[in-house]
Amino acid sequence: MNPTDRAEHAVDHAAAAARFVADDARAHWHDQALWWVRKKRDVASSAVPDWELLRDAAAGIKAHTLSRLAAYLEQFEQQATSRGAQVHFARDAAEHNAIVHRILSERGITKLVKSKSMLTEECHLNPYLEARGVTVTDTDLGERIVQLRHEPPSHIVLPAIHLKKEEIGELFHAELGTEKGASDPKYLTEAARGHLRQRFLEAGAGLTGVNFAVAETGGVVVCTNEGNADMGTTLPPVHIACMGVEKLIPRWQDLAVFTRLLARSATGQPVTTYTTHFHGPRPGGELHIVVVDNGRSRQLADPTFRRSLSCIRCGACMNTCPVFRRSGGYSYGWIVPGPIGSILAPGRDAAAHRSLPFASSLCGSCTDVCPVRIDLHHEILAWRQEIVRRGLLPWPKRAAMKVLAVVLRFTWLYRLAGWLARRVVPLLPRGLVYGRFNGWGKQRELPPMPRESFRDAYRRHRART
Amino acid sequence: MPTVGLFIPCYVEQLYPQVGLATLRLLERHGCRVEYPEQQTCCGQPMTNSGCNDEAKPLADKFLRLFAGYEYVVAPSGSCVSQVRNHYQQFLDGRPGFEHLRRATYELCEFLVDVLKLPRIEGSFPRKVGLHQSCHALRELRLGSGSERKVAPFNKVQLLLSELQGIQLVELARQDECCGFGGTFAVNEEAVSCMMGKDRIADHERAGAEVVTGVDMSCLMHLDGLIRRERRPLRVMHVAEVLAEAEGLS
Amino acid sequence: MPGREELLAVLRRNAPRETPPPDLSRLGVKYADPLEQYALSLKGVGGACLRAADLPAAERALAELPACREARRVVTLVPGLGQGNVDLASLSRPHLLEGLDLAILPGDLAVAENGAVWVDASRLHHRAVFVITQHLVLVVNAVDVVHDMHEAYARLQEQPIGYGLFISGPSKTADIEQALVIGAQGARSCTVVLVG
Repeated sequence: MNPTDRAEHAVDHAAAAARFVADDARAHWHDQALWWVRKKRDVASSAVPDWELLRDAAAGIKAHTLSRLAAYLEQFEQQATSRGAQVHFARDAAEHNAIVHRILSERGITKLVKSKSMLTEECHLNPYLEARGVTVTDTDLGERIVQLRHEPPSHIVLPAIHLKKEEIGELFHAELGTEKGASDPKYLTEAARGHLRQRFLEAGAGLTGVNFAVAETGGVVVCTNEGNADMGTTLPPVHIACMGVEKLIPRWQDLAVFTRLLARSATGQPVTTYTTHFHGPRPGGELHIVVVDNGRSRQLADPTFRRSLSCIRCGACMNTCPVFRRSGGYSYGWIVPGPIGSILAPGRDAAAHRSLPFASSLCGSCTDVCPVRIDLHHEILAWRQEIVRRGLLPWPKRAAMKVLAVVLRFTWLYRLAGWLARRVVPLLPRGLVYGRFNGWGKQRELPPMPRESFRDAYRRHRART
Repeated sequence: MPTVGLFIPCYVEQLYPQVGLATLRLLERHGCRVEYPEQQTCCGQPMTNSGCNDEAKPLADKFLRLFAGYEYVVAPSGSCVSQVRNHYQQFLDGRPGFEHLRRATYELCEFLVDVLKLPRIEGSFPRKVGLHQSCHALRELRLGSGSERKVAPFNKVQLLLSELQGIQLVELARQDECCGFGGTFAVNEEAVSCMMGKDRIADHERAGAEVVTGVDMSCLMHLDGLIRRERRPLRVMHVAEVLAEAEGLS
Repeated sequence: MPGREELLAVLRRNAPRETPPPDLSRLGVKYADPLEQYALSLKGVGGACLRAADLPAAERALAELPACREARRVVTLVPGLGQGNVDLASLSRPHLLEGLDLAILPGDLAVAENGAVWVDASRLHHRAVFVITQHLVLVVNAVDVVHDMHEAYARLQEQPIGYGLFISGPSKTADIEQALVIGAQGARSCTVVLVG
């Protein structure tokens, strides 16, 4: 099975999460690691006096942009082209992959270096190119690690957060020839530096994602910490930049808002090490910008889920999500996991991803950390309604809700049910109460059954006073 | 004298009547005329929580009918109040009485602080108490500032509790992480739900709490279930019970 | 191009009601001492800030740095600073820069809130010099320290932008168990000299 295909099959989040939780020590380790990143975000954001105003501005810029997306795309294309870039349009993943391949094959390029692009993961670009004779090296350290392990990233910003350094040490020993048993992050990073440097020097083209595309100037902006995007775009003469249409922002000045929010939200740094602005190719080189729809225009039409198109892929929602921390990226079965993934994935395939909107306690923490103020937990709730509307809720759950609705509609029935529970449950043998069908009772005691209902207690209180 | 329609969450009605009683006594002690519409059942959140909005609508209709006439509607629950204030408009928008109902429905602590404007709750509760910040109360009703946003810190529940004589509010490692109840989530995602609950309990224990309190009995029911199965040395009490005990109303 | 026409058409058709762009004028942060804040921010991201009254003073300060003292292959694009021995223009490909120990480059402005320096790299004969070098020194006039990114982008807008970037400290990664490693794939150290 193609490794990245694993990500697209329907995943029962609850079942996958239960397996993750079963390794208690590891689940807690994963939870702590991501909580730590959330805390770093808190420190960074609290040091910015106008943090909440920035979020308002970012939300407003994105909303405005989405309301004039076609016009800004045209302006972007015109500006970028006048600077010498070539702008390509792809309606879907297949067209995107074909365009990228054509650019490479026309120039006889067989070695490609890539920096992080969730879009290319969404389009399954790597296996497409590999099948056609292109060697693709993911150059972000985390991505290179998972690429060598033939697995997808488990987090959009921290791709290898699910791996321990000893596991990475073993991997590098096998693949890069590092010392057996060595797991010091500095030593391993140094080994990767040397290994990847070779790839940069040998590559015929560099492919990057796009964090922001500026309509006013026709520029694309790429934000990284390692320097891999810059190595990949300054050595090979051909730069391919892939972007979803929603990456557009109207003006140069708008970049200030987003560059102040992005890294602080993602990792707690005030800004990424490199924030590179590309306007046209370098002398003697080429810049290709591939603009992709792949379902984004459909999402634009939907008033309920359109806001989540504003996502700047910072990952803050994942780090703050108590469920993501305890279930890991692979439990979501899609390249973008966590709260935002639970909204975007069903948009792509509601049947395959119908468990995701239920992989949430609706705590709302994600909404409060989102730098562009996407109402994440409410969109997740809205997806639950949509899943029911489309008939995708498993019928036992639907039936249970219908029965419960009847009981709650008729007060006499509600009182009878409560009375029966209070009378009967204490009389039942424990083995029966806490049997296989009691999902609540696997690790929890049922509440102690009181002698009376509140109504009974109220009537007694009124009689006394 | 404010007139209050007492809104009792379904699980409090059936399983934790003492929380309803404590709420009633507190409101009456502080000058309210309280009525309990006996026909009430449930706000419908289990249904909307599962996306079954068609099944929830009759319950919203019923709720409006029963509570429309009251000056205030008060419930010892953040999530039930959030359901009425934030999620009923899809069912009841434009209906006579709904706008008033929406603005008049309060969670108990915010009612005491914002409407009755109590200077303090007089009384003593000499215990080490861990305050669990129920998510809906915190992030949907904004009973507190929360750890995520950069806003001037405030917390209405903490304010009421901190005024009690002898109380020691313990400092948690994660002050407002979700307990994992989440309604049907507690059963659908049982493994993660229980891990979240156990982590909360461990936090409270490490911080030295004897009593775990909060404004939502649903969270506390979940935590209590874990506490009793694992036999942890903690007791759960709803904030209404804590305040009522402090005021000698039990 | 059918893809282009169809994409633009569907984006127009599916657009929500137009909303105006927000007012950005209330945003921003002002520091009492932006130069001091700059040094703090740069330190926070793993870089180092040196102050020098003039270029000769900067030269003396740089001579103290191990990265400069031990550098064998050096590119300097700041006239009067550093002992450059690699002429960028003479290299036929940027790949020949592999093994470069030190690059001394001019920066147009520095940003107090995050330790960044704007480098106009469009003028570089080989752009790779700032990332392929083992160690990086950036030289900025002290008067060109701005408070925040709003100010930075506003200043930069005054001239046409070709290819430029903000560099904030040395390259870094925390991809292995969240352990911060300075010196990932780009420069292992970043020293910013504020002159004047």
